[in-house]
Amino acid sequence: MASTTLGNGRLAALRLPRLDGSLLSNSAKYMALPLTGILVFLLLWSFSARQIDTSLGKFPGPAAVADQFEALYREHQRSREKERAFYERQEIRNAKRVAEDPGYIPKLRAYTGKETFIDQIGTSLVTVMSGFLLAAAIAIPLGIAIGLSPALNSAVNPIIQIFKPVSPLAWLPLVTMVVSALYTSPDPIIAKSFLNSLITVTLCCLWPMVINTAVGVAGIDRDLVNVSRVLRLPALKHVQKIVLPASIPMIFTGMRLSLGVAWMVLIAAEMLAQNPGLGKFVWDEFQNGSSDSLARIMAAVLVIGVIGFLLDRGMLTLQKFVSWDKVASQ
Amino acid sequence: MSVLLDISHMDMEFPNPKGAFTALKDVNLKIRQGEFVSLIGHSGCGKSTVLNVVAGLYQATRGGVILNGKEVLEPGPERAVVFQNHSLLPWLTAYENVELAVKQVFRKSKSKVEMREWIEHNLNLVHMGHAIHKRPSEISGGMKQRVGIARALAMQPKVLLMDEPFGALDALTRAHMQDSLMEIQAELNNTVIMITHDVDEAVLLSDRIVMMTNGPAATIGEILKIDLERPRHRLDLADDTHYNRYRAQVLKFLHERHSKPDVRTAPALNTETNSVDTGSEPDKTKNKNTERTDAVVDAA
Repeated sequence: MASTTLGNGRLAALRLPRLDGSLLSNSAKYMALPLTGILVFLLLWSFSARQIDTSLGKFPGPAAVADQFEALYREHQRSREKERAFYERQEIRNAKRVAEDPGYIPKLRAYTGKETFIDQIGTSLVTVMSGFLLAAAIAIPLGIAIGLSPALNSAVNPIIQIFKPVSPLAWLPLVTMVVSALYTSPDPIIAKSFLNSLITVTLCCLWPMVINTAVGVAGIDRDLVNVSRVLRLPALKHVQKIVLPASIPMIFTGMRLSLGVAWMVLIAAEMLAQNPGLGKFVWDEFQNGSSDSLARIMAAVLVIGVIGFLLDRGMLTLQKFVSWDKVASQ
Repeated sequence: MSVLLDISHMDMEFPNPKGAFTALKDVNLKIRQGEFVSLIGHSGCGKSTVLNVVAGLYQATRGGVILNGKEVLEPGPERAVVFQNHSLLPWLTAYENVELAVKQVFRKSKSKVEMREWIEHNLNLVHMGHAIHKRPSEISGGMKQRVGIARALAMQPKVLLMDEPFGALDALTRAHMQDSLMEIQAELNNTVIMITHDVDEAVLLSDRIVMMTNGPAATIGEILKIDLERPRHRLDLADDTHYNRYRAQVLKFLHERHSKPDVRTAPALNTETNSVDTGSEPDKTKNKNTERTDAVVDAA
């Protein structure tokens, strides 16, 4: 009896201060805990990766992926060097030809090397932003119109509800065929594959923006609308001065949801349609089937995740600049 | 003085799944230029509906409103409204809120400089000159309401409509605002219709108090003329016999004749509650329900 009491007393003396919020300093909260989380994740990943054997070797752990990041970057640098060398050679060759024959008009040929990982990131980003901006340009005015007019809302709502849950993969074949049929310029300024990805992205990320904008507009405080009526603001001014600022927080909510959807849809579209971008990179590596492929795909997965996160943060930062409602954009 | 505003035989019915709900029945009121009229009555009796019809935000089912010989068919800045919850645009500063109104009303008649002076003049009038570039979220409730009043005054309305303008303010701020309003009124001699729950406020500010019966089918029960000299001071009036008689009359109406105008009843059960501010009950729907049950008891 006595010994257990003593034991308990010793234990109590040795007990560490409780790790609750009040004891943790801010820097610990914002730095130490997330870092611990990441560390635990890396350990778990590394451990479980070693247990999985695939036909392409062991599943890549963090170290293998880090190696591939480096390799991908070096490949990119090498490719850039090749490109520079190509243009240099071309210039010298052309200068020579012109020197020999002053009437010769030099031909400039573009470099056609394989796109590197970093090129693919750039392509995907340009595509997602273009598709998103096109969707926003359609969705926000449409959402405002629907929010202002209950009749239009009743008319359009069933269509929105039907198209909203459609997967991008279902749209893609249709978009591809329609683009091939309608976009038949012999010397296209915009690549068809880019258009396919862009339109698929637009079709899928329209809906959250339309719905949120419409809800925001329809939910404007009656009193603010009455102020506008008492002042007899013309319709356009009413939208500009009252409707748009009042629904900015909801519009941004829609835009953030849409951008998230757009990024997911884009990767899927690129994989399926072999359109240049990160999705194509993943698919190519999968088809390639080298011993590095899985690590390279994993690297792409991480990059896709980080870019998705940064896109959302970027949207939030933009909202802070644009919106009057600082609470909504916290 | 001639009649500026004529509300005649105004009925208001709201469509309702079970048929029409008659909110107002045969409301008649003539208001002269420069008169300050308060509408008082229990919650849900249709005071706001009267004001909204005058503002043009609602259309009366029958009868209507004539302002300066013209029928009121739509809202307009000549009938500026001060809303109960200030209704300032939260993304604009005090100055910009007033500016929106001034630009709309005077875009043809005032130059840019004149407009700026006029905006600043009105904000100074309500003692908001020190905070003209603050947003609504940065100022107190009373200050927001001041800006709301400045915005309404800046429209130079023929009639100023105030829907419980001080209802959401604390007692001290409310007293300040009432004094400010009396000052402004003495200077500008506006025609004002104000809805209030506060008996003291009604007696202090008004030339006439219009007391409304309870809905449904509410109408004007009694009109009390307040013959107190201006300027009025709340402290002096506290012991004034006339003031207290007016006050008692309004209270008596509110407690006794809270049903139909022609149903005279004995003092109701709740006369001992010497509540001055009938709007102090936080739950308005609950208040309404108790009134309804009172009415049933009275009828029985």
